Amino acid sequence: MIDFFVDFFSYHFLNRALLVGVLVSLCAALLGVSLVLKRYSMIGDGLSHVSFGALSIAVAFHWAPLPVSIPVVMAAAFCLLRLSENSKIKGDAAIALISSSALAIGVIVMSFGSGMNADVYNYMFGSILAVSQSDVWISVSLSVIVLTLYALFYNKIFSVTFDENFARATGTKAALYNMLLAFLTAITIVIGMRLMGALLISSLIIFPALTSMRVCRSFQGVVILSAAIAVVCFFIGLLLSFLFSTPAGASVVVVNLMALVVFTLLGKCLRRAR
Amino acid sequence: MKLLTCHDLCISYNGQLVVDHVSFSLEQGQYLCIVGENGSGKSTLVKTILGLVKPQAGHIAFSNMQRKEIGYLPQQTQVQKDFPATVFEVVLSGCLNTRGMRPFYSRKEKDLALKNLELLGIGNLRKKSYRDLSGGQQQRVLLARALCATKRLLLLDEPVTGLDPVITAELYSLVKRLNQEHHITVVMVSHDIASAVTYADQVLHMGSHMLFFGSVQQYRTTELYRHMTGGCDCD
Repeated sequence: MIDFFVDFFSYHFLNRALLVGVLVSLCAALLGVSLVLKRYSMIGDGLSHVSFGALSIAVAFHWAPLPVSIPVVMAAAFCLLRLSENSKIKGDAAIALISSSALAIGVIVMSFGSGMNADVYNYMFGSILAVSQSDVWISVSLSVIVLTLYALFYNKIFSVTFDENFARATGTKAALYNMLLAFLTAITIVIGMRLMGALLISSLIIFPALTSMRVCRSFQGVVILSAAIAVVCFFIGLLLSFLFSTPAGASVVVVNLMALVVFTLLGKCLRRAR
Repeated sequence: MKLLTCHDLCISYNGQLVVDHVSFSLEQGQYLCIVGENGSGKSTLVKTILGLVKPQAGHIAFSNMQRKEIGYLPQQTQVQKDFPATVFEVVLSGCLNTRGMRPFYSRKEKDLALKNLELLGIGNLRKKSYRDLSGGQQQRVLLARALCATKRLLLLDEPVTGLDPVITAELYSLVKRLNQEHHITVVMVSHDIASAVTYADQVLHMGSHMLFFGSVQQYRTTELYRHMTGGCDCD
């Protein structure tokens, strides 16, 4: 057992993946509570596809991936929010449009480069080897920014999530905080995408929030439990992936799925006991 | 003393003029009911008073208070029905308008939230989850939140929708009590003309343009009132 952990922590790339993964899971879980409650969960999914498109273009032109993708995905987040608010095209349709377009553009750009299959596979489903030393620094500092802003604006985010009209009527700039949520989500997705994969990253946003809502009765409880669940699930997922040589991103998602099942049953029992 | 004045308001909604040259004013301590059929522009008028919708013409003036100090009780949204938050968290969020950029609540706001919970007789529910409450209890929670946001003016948008008759009567007399004992000015949007003339002292009858504005006594004598209540004076 101890040997196993010594073994696990002796790989530098695993340590890096663990650090970035835990931070991304934490950010995603916090933001996810509001996104799920506001019925914005699909925005995470849409943004991850845009992030895929942006990354593949950055790689094709040999640009640094994170500095290129973050502004692009932020712009996409801005557009998605605008689209879902002024609903000429309904929100879900708009997200489907943007995400499939970004995916298509990304795949075409990649096909011009070499090694199309391996790259596409890694970007779609994530790669544990993708996190470089310089990425770690960017990821850590961005995560700290996301967590700080979330903590500072926690009460405003609650008010805007629970009742946007009331929040606006009493002088809270709801549009601003919606935008803040979208931007923080954009940052989180870009950081986590290469580790988790474009198709799997949105699970980090949705699963922990849904899982904790099965048992918690307060918003604060949901937020704290989601954060804890996200971190624990990521850690277990990464361990299992190391143990059974399964893909890391997919393993984390499956662990999250199991947590959801367990907490759903637990929630049913608790409700019966009350 | 005047609290709120609306002067010659014209408001469009989805390109259609729904509020057409409406003017009225409200004294401190009054209880105004805005009545009218669906689509008569009641809710749009309320949203304009709150600053959520911009009027095409005309203006609204507040004296002795700011617009963000209105205690608003909105219609319930789909999102709220299954929302994991305790009653206390919801009520406390009403205090946000006095916090400005300071991020966390102080003792003062927490005490105010507790006081308003007690005032509405739901102090025992404060640790309960909002989603587990009955419709009437949820409305009381939202009313407590509105009270945290205001000292002077409550604005209630169809507060009794979906409540049974007993709970409806309780909520009406609760609002009346706040108006009489705590001197809070009340503006209520309602379908229910019979209750409006029982509890309110002013009536604004909307039908895109203003059909009537004045005291309840005057309103009872109008042809409009007799027509709306089917010819009998039912209260």
